[in-house]
Amino acid sequence: MKQDDDGETVADDKRASGLTRRRLLIGGALAGGALLVGYVATHPMETAGALLSAGGRDFEPGPFGPYIRIESDGRVGIVNPQQEMGQGIHAGLAAIVAEELDADWDKVEILPAPVDFSAYGPQLTGGSQGIATHWDKLRRTGAAARTMFVAAAASRWGVGQGEISVSNGVVSHPSSARRATFGDLLADAARQTPPQEPTLKRPEQFTLIGTPRVQRKDSLPKSTGAQTYTQDVQLPDMLVAVVAHSPRFGGKLARFDDRDARRVTGVVDVFAIETGVAVLARNTAAALKGRDALRVEWEKAEAEHRSSAEISTWYAELAAGEAQGEVEPLVFESRGNAEAPQHRGAFETTIDFPYLAHAPMETLDCVAQVDGTRVTMWSGAHHATADRVLAAFNARTLPGRVDLNVLMAGGSFGRRGALSSDYLVECMRIARRVESRPVKLFWTREDEMAAGYYRPLAHHRVAVALDDDGFPADWRHHIVSQSLLPVGGNAEACEGVAGSPYFTTASTVDCRVTSPDLGIPVTFWRSVGHSHTAMTMEHVVDQLAARAGRDPADYRRELYRRAGADRRLGVLEEACAKSGWGTPLEDGWARGLAVHECFGSFVAQVAEVRLTEGRPIVRRVVAAVDCGIAISPDQIAAQVEGGIGFGLSAALYGCITINDGQVQQSNFDDYPVVRMNEMPAIETHILPSAELPTGMGEPGVAPIAPAVANAMFALSGRPVRSLPLLRGTTANLLPAID
Amino acid sequence: MQFELTVNGERRRVDEDPQTPLLWVLRDSLHLTGSKYGCGKAQCGACTVHLEGRPVRSCSVPVASVGSRRIETIEAATGSPAGPEARALTRAWVDGNVPQCGFCQSGQIMSAIALLRERPNPSDQDIDRAMSGNICRCATYSRIRAGIHTAAASLRSGAA
Ligand code: FES
Ligand code: FES
Repeated sequence: MKQDDDGETVADDKRASGLTRRRLLIGGALAGGALLVGYVATHPMETAGALLSAGGRDFEPGPFGPYIRIESDGRVGIVNPQQEMGQGIHAGLAAIVAEELDADWDKVEILPAPVDFSAYGPQLTGGSQGIATHWDKLRRTGAAARTMFVAAAASRWGVGQGEISVSNGVVSHPSSARRATFGDLLADAARQTPPQEPTLKRPEQFTLIGTPRVQRKDSLPKSTGAQTYTQDVQLPDMLVAVVAHSPRFGGKLARFDDRDARRVTGVVDVFAIETGVAVLARNTAAALKGRDALRVEWEKAEAEHRSSAEISTWYAELAAGEAQGEVEPLVFESRGNAEAPQHRGAFETTIDFPYLAHAPMETLDCVAQVDGTRVTMWSGAHHATADRVLAAFNARTLPGRVDLNVLMAGGSFGRRGALSSDYLVECMRIARRVESRPVKLFWTREDEMAAGYYRPLAHHRVAVALDDDGFPADWRHHIVSQSLLPVGGNAEACEGVAGSPYFTTASTVDCRVTSPDLGIPVTFWRSVGHSHTAMTMEHVVDQLAARAGRDPADYRRELYRRAGADRRLGVLEEACAKSGWGTPLEDGWARGLAVHECFGSFVAQVAEVRLTEGRPIVRRVVAAVDCGIAISPDQIAAQVEGGIGFGLSAALYGCITINDGQVQQSNFDDYPVVRMNEMPAIETHILPSAELPTGMGEPGVAPIAPAVANAMFALSGRPVRSLPLLRGTTANLLPAID
Repeated sequence: MQFELTVNGERRRVDEDPQTPLLWVLRDSLHLTGSKYGCGKAQCGACTVHLEGRPVRSCSVPVASVGSRRIETIEAATGSPAGPEARALTRAWVDGNVPQCGFCQSGQIMSAIALLRERPNPSDQDIDRAMSGNICRCATYSRIRAGIHTAAASLRSGAA
């Protein structure tokens, strides 16, 4: 008899026959001289797994998804099923395993997982969910492996398992001074049955998690140019493809003349695909030159032709109820009698948010080679599982015949998570026309800015009546924004408003979302809906505090107490204490505060801001974070720093505008981002916590815009009604060196 | 057209259109992919290499304009033997966990090497001036700044 991972007991014979409903068991095996420990799918005919892996080579035996690979020389390889795009997930996941295994962290290596649904489940990276999803499985795997080593040593030395201790990859029996490394015990350990319910450490027993020793392992290759990204893939005979896209979304190709393009040395082929005209050449420079020489005409009739200014005006009308009947709003939170009109004198505001590009440092790219029904791909894919299926579909083959090599991505910020995987599909459509030669699809920065996807433009309308104590009594809120998903009621636009602790004192709450359909492609953007809801809620709350004549920190404190929002209260107090909230600053400087919950993590930020000719200068940001058990404090701080820089770029400059259906921005000269000279000094303070760990790749982004806006409000008395704060400014650009 | 370039101390013969940006010659023809494309118009610094020891944006240098000037890329600058500045900087980058996605970092290191060669003891303003042409979308700027100060200190103390 064995226990499954719900603690349910199942019979071995039944398990072997594949009749049990349980799918995952911890398994161990010796392979190629290394001990593998991981999860075994005992029920491989599970529909989703079968479908997603159809056509794969070793589908039949029931796939094994190793998480740990221990070599005879003591090296411990830990398999990372998540996409690494800078967020440091690989080190966090590895530390969880290493902690329970008591491995030597210096000997831990991180191996990318193969894309395999039946072994690793759905592989997708988003919503800062990596740590939360894998926490339990990884701990159990690590602990099971440790138990196998303990059992092996106990039987070799003829002592009780309880007398054995493990530390830094060494198993020892202190009373007889005997010791052995993982490597020494490998073969014996492999003969042990992995326990299904291994004893896990209590958080106070952690020796690695939460220490500065947990550091990312890829810094050296990334500092010497040795790290390989998709852009760097070079294969014999490879062609580089660039695509001329329609200047308007949804514009169809009318005709093209490729005679001049084909005359460019190095150009090999030109043909139309669903998204435009592809130019293939022996190298990037020739492909780009060939594309410049193309003459293309586009149909305008079906294309999206609205301008972003028109869209903004329309959204404001929708939110104000002046364009009724055009798109129906959905109520996402309601309490009390929202039919009754709000009493006069309520606070009212609107805030406008622009479309935003992701502008990851590495532009979109993908490499694919199609050989009959066999496909090999290289990509910084986010949603490896879905990407493999899309690739297969577009190559007219089965998912199991697609080898997807997931490479590190040079940033993404959500762009590579667009559900359509547009760039990967585009690459497949080209590659299948060029049988057997590898093709690298390359997008320039201009392609990336103009061809989507974006954080959607959003409009918030908020009206709040206060009670006699100055706290919200009646809160009306209307959000207008395109939906990122075809289903789900546009919940992504409402996250950060829904269930807000600021509604606690209100007897009437009415929150609505209107989700117009437009031809402008939108997707997840680092922190998703929080990228606009945090600004709205936190900037509104400062204005309510001003109305009530109270200090913004005090006002929040009281509301959090009444709401029982203890974790918000915790980060608020920490940020205030560490930033010197309430103490005087030099003339012309003010502090701004914002507190927000994003994907289960809580972040408070206090920004020190001065206004020079109306332009905010941010010199210091103090952040307080509660993300449950902090696995890698250094990486949490890094993500907070990076999140603030990313959020500040958007708050100050980020703005994609559309005129006559055409995107107006093209590169970093008209889509400026924060550079070295504008980066504030940042301090990150992590609250001790025993809660389950939550991700930190995104939550640091959202609070910076309202923290800066609130400081500006304190300085000038004028609220911010739209982002970016410096619309149309490109002044940050310093002269290039050459 | 044929060009003879001096890349990382070696003579390399390439056949290119004269207007081809040096970046694509390095990446596609010579397979030196440490220098990255990020913007193609001297806005981001991801493609920074040294021309006669001075940092340039290789995406905006036509191959025909290089002539006999010495080109050094990240591969040689941080390879062995690396100069003292490069050694101190890569050590500071690793110890300080500077990179996130890492894509901008070869350009950052190339700009930082040039800065330290010119100003062994740079002020924050010197760093702003020398490094503001290098965008990092992961915004690792504070760690880059700290890394440059650490590297400068270790060079002064002779530790590197
Ligand atoms: S690619 Fe050369 S400066 Fe951006
Ligand atoms: S580390 Fe990602 S762009 Fe700099």
